Amino acid sequence: MEYVIWIPFLPLIAATITLIFGKWYIRKQAHWLPCIAVFGSFLLSFKALLDVIGGARANFDLYSWVIADTFHAAVGFQIDPLSVLMLAMVSFLSFLIHVYSIGYMEDDPGYYRFFAYISLFTFSMLMLVSANNFLQLFFGWEAVGLCSYLLIGFWYQKKSAADAAKKAFIVNRFGDFGFALGVFLVFLTFGSIYYEDVFARVHEIAHTTVNVLGVEVLLATLIAVLLFCGAMGKSAQFPLHVWLPDAMEGPTPVSALIHAATMVTAGVFMVCRCHEIFELSHVAMAIVAAAGMITCFMAATIAPTQFDIKRVIAYSTLSQLGYMFMACGVGAFAAGMFHLFTHAFFKALLFLGAGSVMHAMHHAPDPTDMRYMGGLRKYMPITFATFLIASLSISGIPGLAGFFSKDEILWLSFVSEYPWGKLVWFVGTVVAGLTAFYSFRVVFMTFFGEFRGKEVLHGHEPHESPSVMTIPLMILAVGAVVTGWLGVPHVLGGHNHFAKFLEPVLGHPHINLPYWLYGKKEWIELFLMAISVGVGVLGIAVAYVVYVKKPELQRLIPERYPALYRYLYNKWYWDEIYDATIVKPTFFTARSIVQGVVDSILIEGVVNGLPDLIRRGGESLRRLQNGVVQTYALIMATGAAVVLLLVYFF
Amino acid sequence: MWSSLPSFVAVYPEILLVVVASIMALADRWVKLKDVFAWITIATSVIALIMVFAVEGAVFGNSYAADTYGLFFKMIFLLALIMVTLVSPGYNRMVGIHFGEYYALLMFAVTGMMLMASSKDLILLFLGLELMSLSVYVLAALLYSDLRSLEGAMKYFLLGAFSSAFLLLAITFLYGLTGTTYIDVIAKKVFYPGLADNTALLLSAALFVVAFGFKVALVPFHMWSPDAYEGAPTSVTAFMAVGPKAAGFAAMGRVFIEALYNARVDWVEYLIPLALVTMFVGAILAVVQTNIKRLLAYSSITHAGYAVLGIIAASREGMAATMLYLFLYLFMTIGAFSVVTLFRQKDFLGEEITDYQGLSKTHPWVALVMLIFLFSLVGIPPTAGFIGKFFVFKAAYEAGHHLLVIGAVLASAIAAYPYLRIVMLMYMKEPEKDLAVNVTPYVFAGLIISVVGVLILGVYPEPVINFARTCCAGLIP
Repeated sequence: MEYVIWIPFLPLIAATITLIFGKWYIRKQAHWLPCIAVFGSFLLSFKALLDVIGGARANFDLYSWVIADTFHAAVGFQIDPLSVLMLAMVSFLSFLIHVYSIGYMEDDPGYYRFFAYISLFTFSMLMLVSANNFLQLFFGWEAVGLCSYLLIGFWYQKKSAADAAKKAFIVNRFGDFGFALGVFLVFLTFGSIYYEDVFARVHEIAHTTVNVLGVEVLLATLIAVLLFCGAMGKSAQFPLHVWLPDAMEGPTPVSALIHAATMVTAGVFMVCRCHEIFELSHVAMAIVAAAGMITCFMAATIAPTQFDIKRVIAYSTLSQLGYMFMACGVGAFAAGMFHLFTHAFFKALLFLGAGSVMHAMHHAPDPTDMRYMGGLRKYMPITFATFLIASLSISGIPGLAGFFSKDEILWLSFVSEYPWGKLVWFVGTVVAGLTAFYSFRVVFMTFFGEFRGKEVLHGHEPHESPSVMTIPLMILAVGAVVTGWLGVPHVLGGHNHFAKFLEPVLGHPHINLPYWLYGKKEWIELFLMAISVGVGVLGIAVAYVVYVKKPELQRLIPERYPALYRYLYNKWYWDEIYDATIVKPTFFTARSIVQGVVDSILIEGVVNGLPDLIRRGGESLRRLQNGVVQTYALIMATGAAVVLLLVYFF
Repeated sequence: MWSSLPSFVAVYPEILLVVVASIMALADRWVKLKDVFAWITIATSVIALIMVFAVEGAVFGNSYAADTYGLFFKMIFLLALIMVTLVSPGYNRMVGIHFGEYYALLMFAVTGMMLMASSKDLILLFLGLELMSLSVYVLAALLYSDLRSLEGAMKYFLLGAFSSAFLLLAITFLYGLTGTTYIDVIAKKVFYPGLADNTALLLSAALFVVAFGFKVALVPFHMWSPDAYEGAPTSVTAFMAVGPKAAGFAAMGRVFIEALYNARVDWVEYLIPLALVTMFVGAILAVVQTNIKRLLAYSSITHAGYAVLGIIAASREGMAATMLYLFLYLFMTIGAFSVVTLFRQKDFLGEEITDYQGLSKTHPWVALVMLIFLFSLVGIPPTAGFIGKFFVFKAAYEAGHHLLVIGAVLASAIAAYPYLRIVMLMYMKEPEKDLAVNVTPYVFAGLIISVVGVLILGVYPEPVINFARTCCAGLIP
């Protein structure tokens, strides 16, 4: 299966060529090479997927980068169900979004730059998921972070975009610091950074404890928690979630590809990849579940108060990522991956649909503000239809993708062996209702009612997007329905192929029911399903009442509960809290201590003093280099004499 | 009749070089298009390169062996010859020294180096060294209309003669002790009780340190190099910075690692202080230079200090690291000097560091290429320079010379300053004058080879390091 190396390298080649020649030579044709390259990656990934379904596996090093003693760092690939699934998904979505961008980014002065970056991102993401060792995982991890930074700040002339890029980068530093420590600790513990070696020997540390700041903790807990720090940053989980909503400053295809479908799910992928380590530690599993629950709930409460269409979807992403971590936190890794997979389709669809709406609204001063939309279903039927399908899917309406993956998570958490399983189920069910509510709030505010943006558009009519944009929407809409059918549970007459496919890598969760309920397992599963569907339908109904039937409620509710509304509207004040506790103190320390003392006295002293000293030393040594050959001979002779003297000293 | 002669297959590459070089030196009178000599030199080097991979065996009563150790160094010498030849046509035409003897002398020098790398007899080693040195003295003086060139070459010659005396004295001591000049035999005899710690043997080792220290420019035997580097035509400087230096290390490997391996506890002690002083003095003096050729001269002194760490490690891994270092150093140094040659005009030297001010605005590609070489010389990944440093430092560290490695790292920090100053001038200052660049297809090809070498070997050095490991395996019993 050596051909898999071309899956990441095709986009890399395209990115390099586009970056070098794009500005002067390729210009408006910059999309061709990246699109073709990513399509090639997709075809190869699909072949790899078929091969793996046929039983093939691969694990090989392309080449060794550093071999130093026991440290062996290589560029290597591990092709198994988990990685091949990600490869196929990432390359497929990336291809669709490349195509969509041809229409969306048209006329942008940075056209070539956009395609170069997004191809580079595709390369990085594919490297991340196909790695066979932690160092390459880390390489991919940082490389996608870099691309994310470049693309959030793509319109770097805009201050808000540049700030958002910086914020994303800096918040991720916190997570990546822990992640890097986790990787170091893995190497320190196992003496290898290969997944194969590490996971084969992971049981050896099942009872090893280490002393951290005076507290005895399981080594596995420490490794898992450090690794999870990286996941919290990359997948924007509480408390490192603040960067993702701001990342919407980037172009919308970027939001769809990087900040919804692929990069932000890298954390879930990593936890699943390392599930053997996490499962050794109840503490780590509890932390994963807790971070997931908090993020899931918090984001779902913020989303209904926002008016920026992309931000609502961004909070929805946070919330859905929370679901995935909740699944991981109760040991249902395959369910988490299933939700990751279906979510990638319907969430990319939501973003691209929002992008299509923004394309229609691009004459407005703020094309993302839903208060100026409404009634768009008449103007852009395809966008409306596909957006509706995605919204139904995320709301968990039976038959669509989101229904199957969400109910898999809820069911497996309800019967989980972990004590917090029931709580996870409860939070998940409540959030299912909130999700349906805020998703349909967007649908109703954008596509229903009267068009409210006549003035801001200065007479321009909103229009449907070109087919290069709508065709990807339609393909994704199919995906947002059928991807769920891969994992139809047994109780509905399916075979859950998805979980079975991943079982060799991820194992399967234990179902923990009291013995007297065991016989009624199917009924319980159906009952839970009915509850979540009911909650979802209720959410849609409430949204319908508030945003279509009785619009005056939109005004009345905030007036009735002003404190709560402000709290949610201001996103639980996390930005303000971080500003007060981290940003301000950092600036203060930077200005007063670092700049005032360390920089001006210590560093400047050293930076200016040391070169001065070296320069002065150099000047005096230079005087020896006086050009007189006799001096040179004398110095040589002195040197020789000294070396000969050494003979007597040693 | 022919069958009764011994087989000379092992020296065919050297014979080829000498024959072609002699013909070129004579034919110059009749050839109008001097580029022909460059083509012939490149063709001959490529053929010789193929031949050195094909031949093996020992000749001349085992005093010359075409073994894998020699093979690795010959690869470096011939690649250096090819790359210097690519630099030459454009630059030499500009300074008016474009003629057949130039290429002939380069080839004679390379022949001398190849003899040094493959000699199993100290006398032959000395002869190779002299062949190389005499050719390079002449090359350094080739800009006969420029007094700096003559002066530098004269100093180089006088001090070189001085160092040859040390080398002969060292060989004499060793001969007196062991009764032989054969490296293999010496290696066996150094086992004898009472010989390995005999003061005469240690004196001999110390004298070797002085003699080779001169050739690879270790402080305090480096005094000739800044003057000679600055005065010599830049294409010759590029050659001097790589060829004779690598040849010096090849000879050090033959003498210290192969012949005197059992006396290593002693000669390592003589090399350590020299290495430390070399790294620091080279780095500190580079800081105050204003002429880029002098700066690169001090840079090459510092780099010799790093490369010698692998010899100090006195192990197979260390020798392999030094060999790898020299191989990587070839690309970045000749590359950097190639860039320097681009700015030479008839009446403009283009050798001041301030000439590079704002280069990224006037010639962005040249600036980028220079940036890559400078980063590699500093040792920033993913360039080749990082890999080279990493392996020599690691070898020295594993051999237990921890303080030495710490010193080396500190010296590299100082050494980064002069390179990064050029980067700063190129990228952060506005251009003051409009420089013309003189890019021929030859030097363009040469720069491509160097850039590709620096970048590819920076991320994928494994084949070369493995090859170096196999090549020096025969050196240590």
